[in-house]
Amino acid sequence: MKLIQSLLLGVAAACAIGAAPAMSQQFIPILSYRIGPYAAGGSGYFGGAIDYFNLVNATGGINGVKLTWEECETEYNAARGVECYERLKKKNGGASTVEPLSTGIAYGLIDRVAQDKIPMTTFGYGLGASADGNVFRWVFPLGTTYWDQVAAMVAYLEQKEGGAAKLKGKKIAYLYHDSAYGKEPIGTLDALAAKDGFEALKIPITPPGTTQESVWLQVRQQKPDYVILWGFGVMNPVALKTAAKVGYPREKIIGVWWAGSEEDVIPAGSAAKGYVSAAFSAPGTSFPVMQDIKTKVYGAGNGNLEDKSRIGSIYHTRGVVYGILITEAIRNAQAKYGKGKVMTPEQVRWGLEHINLTDARIKELGATGMFPPVKTSCADHEGSGMVKFQVWDGSAFKPVTGFIAGDRALVRKLVEEAATKYAAEKKITPVDCSKEM
Amino acid sequence: MLYREAGQFKSTYLADSAIFPLLQDRIAMAVLLAIAFIVVPLTATPYLFSAILIPTLILALAAIGLNILTGYAGQLSLGSAAFMAVGAFASFNFILRVPGIPILVAFVGGGLCAAAIGIVFGLPSLRIRGFYLAVATLAAQFFIIWFLTKVGWVTNYNSSGVITAQPIVVFGYRFDAPAPKYLLVLSIVALMALAAKNMTRGNLGRKWMAIRDMDVAAEVIGIPQMKTKLLAFAVSSFYCGVAGALFAYAYLGTVEPEAYNLDLSFRILFMVIIGGAGTILGSFLGSAFIVLTPIVLNVTVGWLDASGLHVPASAGSNLEVIVFGVLIIFFLIVEPLGIARLWSIGKEKLRLWPFPH
Amino acid sequence: MQFFFEVLIGGLLSGVMYSLVALGFVLIYKASGVFNFAQGTMVFFAALTFVGLTEHGLSFWMALPATLVVMVLLGLAIERAVLRPLVNQPQISLFMATIGLSFLLEGLAQIVWGTSVRGLDIGVADEPIGWIADRFGLNISKFDLVAALIAAVLVAALAFFFSRTRIGRALRAVADDHQAALAVGIPLQQIWGIVWAVAGAVALVAGLLWGARNGVQFALTFVALKALPVLMLGGLESVPGAIVGGLIIGASEKLAEVYLGPMVGGGIEGWFPYVLALVVLLFRPEGLFGEKIIRRV
Repeated sequence: MKLIQSLLLGVAAACAIGAAPAMSQQFIPILSYRIGPYAAGGSGYFGGAIDYFNLVNATGGINGVKLTWEECETEYNAARGVECYERLKKKNGGASTVEPLSTGIAYGLIDRVAQDKIPMTTFGYGLGASADGNVFRWVFPLGTTYWDQVAAMVAYLEQKEGGAAKLKGKKIAYLYHDSAYGKEPIGTLDALAAKDGFEALKIPITPPGTTQESVWLQVRQQKPDYVILWGFGVMNPVALKTAAKVGYPREKIIGVWWAGSEEDVIPAGSAAKGYVSAAFSAPGTSFPVMQDIKTKVYGAGNGNLEDKSRIGSIYHTRGVVYGILITEAIRNAQAKYGKGKVMTPEQVRWGLEHINLTDARIKELGATGMFPPVKTSCADHEGSGMVKFQVWDGSAFKPVTGFIAGDRALVRKLVEEAATKYAAEKKITPVDCSKEM
Repeated sequence: MLYREAGQFKSTYLADSAIFPLLQDRIAMAVLLAIAFIVVPLTATPYLFSAILIPTLILALAAIGLNILTGYAGQLSLGSAAFMAVGAFASFNFILRVPGIPILVAFVGGGLCAAAIGIVFGLPSLRIRGFYLAVATLAAQFFIIWFLTKVGWVTNYNSSGVITAQPIVVFGYRFDAPAPKYLLVLSIVALMALAAKNMTRGNLGRKWMAIRDMDVAAEVIGIPQMKTKLLAFAVSSFYCGVAGALFAYAYLGTVEPEAYNLDLSFRILFMVIIGGAGTILGSFLGSAFIVLTPIVLNVTVGWLDASGLHVPASAGSNLEVIVFGVLIIFFLIVEPLGIARLWSIGKEKLRLWPFPH
Repeated sequence: MQFFFEVLIGGLLSGVMYSLVALGFVLIYKASGVFNFAQGTMVFFAALTFVGLTEHGLSFWMALPATLVVMVLLGLAIERAVLRPLVNQPQISLFMATIGLSFLLEGLAQIVWGTSVRGLDIGVADEPIGWIADRFGLNISKFDLVAALIAAVLVAALAFFFSRTRIGRALRAVADDHQAALAVGIPLQQIWGIVWAVAGAVALVAGLLWGARNGVQFALTFVALKALPVLMLGGLESVPGAIVGGLIIGASEKLAEVYLGPMVGGGIEGWFPYVLALVVLLFRPEGLFGEKIIRRV
């Protein structure tokens, strides 16, 4: 009993001390994962976000308001993610927004953020239906959802083949991580297959996917024209190596953006040369904003990445882009609700719904070519739907296309169907966006 | 001086076989229950409810289940999270498909389904023992999670396989806020812990302990191995099933197979071993330890960072893992019979206090 | 038919990789009765140390003995710090202590060497061998054959070690009966130290091969979960059992995934080896080659 009491007292004391508000700062809790099988990606992504926040602070904050944050280790585990969220949501004046970078944690938080009125972003993953802002007021799948991403992949294949008609009769194998993450886009893929006339062959890979001979021997037997790789973590390099082992050409493998980072291709060595993957953010340090981070943040010793060669890697730039989107949302909110003031979560939500990052604005931010224009609205919480495709040449990712989108109309129809179903199940009254500003 | 039974005489067999024969124990228990049911709901913050108290109680229930199987009946099992998953999904399906079913009945139904599955996967225990049985229960863990992920009927053909749990409504009252959820969980756990305590104190518990200590001898004196072992699996899985349903409905809010992974099974086993195998109190103590330690470590690392000692973020997370591992080894070396043993040693010392011996 | 052989051979060769990990488990269980759940983490630790050392400038042939020394020292340290205080405790406590140890090792490895993912190249390409592919139409990877060869050499060396050397005989005596071994003057603590050191060396070999295959990252610790059904099938104390079990598990897992998987929706590779081992255990409760557990009243 004593042990429990003293531990509880310690936690209570920690909460009390931590809750001392710093009112002139905008607080963002960071639910990060830096250990476990996805640690490399997590440390890159959250490192990038923190680097950008440090840059914003170093250049005067958002109209004078500085950003402050606190990290909490979730280990990519739903229960720990929920605990981290509950612990941090009221600290330092209240959390403005939360981004768990994990499908499991995001699902666990969907109801909580609606109740607590804190906007949650699911940058490039999460529930496909949540792009419908009428139903999901507090969830923002910024960038692309999985459904739009698979549509973009099909569009890329159409482009490669020379037109949608050329895809008819072809066989596309969909190798997926056998979990919620892998199963999300199957509905959309089937709809696209029906529309374009290709056969979608779905083969699950048992997580964690350390040995995949059986999967790739099946692929060899079926001889698909293309393979879409929808893996995560160690599944990706093993897939590429096993494909090389069975002799399947890697130029025909298209990876989702969670299968398209340096961490995925470097362990595969020469088996990854020529492999194409999707990406929302372009890697590299040549962009002005990345140069600023190098000089103003790493130069001042505030850089978050311990291994400086990782600056500009895919996960790092993805985190920087997330930082840019969030900062822009807060800036929008300040433009409406008061410049130089700390924004409440509701106000940040409004800001997230009115992101309008045009090419001109992206140029102002020093990120031209780094990510596509993003325009969110009350009904569309996704904002872009575009990805670019890049090829690994053995030492770096090089772009093969600009930012392209798939059949967004088809996807939007599916999104609205799923969102309506969700609203009926949960008895949510959808908001009528035509009445909002 | 204070903790003496001098002067407390029992005049009926019923009084003699009480769980807490000493008056001091009964007073302490009453005070504890009063604090838990009355003081805590009035004073605790929502964070304390939803992130500490509720998961501790739910996992303690699962630990009681595993304790019955591993601590009392001696069958090492690594599949407890899978039985929790069965309970959660079965409850979900009961609520979905049986209109108007009271949610508590659905939880019991989930527990019964888990018990049935537990009996099936407990059948190998009649032939296999020791670590072989432990690895055999891993078959249950992996197969059940695969089944729940694969079979669309179980998840109501949900596209992603992650279902949001229906709200808890008992007699028209919706349990949405953390404090009512805590009270509901506390009541269920307290009742089931009482049932477990009485089961393990009685004939059934003695049979289980006989099987654990020397099953050949137990069979010789007439304890039926098959029935007793399978009953242990059934009861244990029932507890894990109800705990799993509560885990989904009262804590996470979603019913998904990935939350019931191997990591959770190991955590529950930790709770049993570190808390004290073969004791009901040990399940609660172990659960508190395993739930609180990562949080305390996380907060401590945050303190160190805030106080100027710049701990690089990745090092901080790894430090938490190292300290957790060291604590486990330390506990096992210092008191291999668990925290409950430390507690009973404390009570022994209290009996003699203020004298040293 | 040719496809069947390809799957079969691929399965057998990947089974050999599982056996390498299982060997470490067997060594420790045989000599000290401890089910070392930290073996997977030791594989990861060895691979990470090797790669870390090569990144710091050591060549392949210098890093190898250096890592070997580290693993031997680690094994001795584990015996001294974790096992000696827990002598005579029930098996379950020792098992849980090794789980705690695995947390400790994974945190330690990643604090020292970082969490980024690294490739490992041991000089053998993971590509189909040309002339076999041409003549028989079967794709067999060079890397897999080299791994099988290394495993065979390792098993032969261990077999020789156990049956011909003095220390090997002492290990067998200790595995048979701790008390009797003590009674004839065999130094138990030293023997256990040696066993853990040898297991560390085996972990290094497994770590290099698995790391070359999958990349050196945290997911390497999951290979232990692949080795557990091998142990169940072959018997916890048997070195030949680890090899035979590995071959059977590897082959059956792949064949089941390819032929049975599509009938039930795929993805059965996760549980099929466990269920297969379970079924075998129902007929032989100690595995194919395990020692019979004698229970006395």
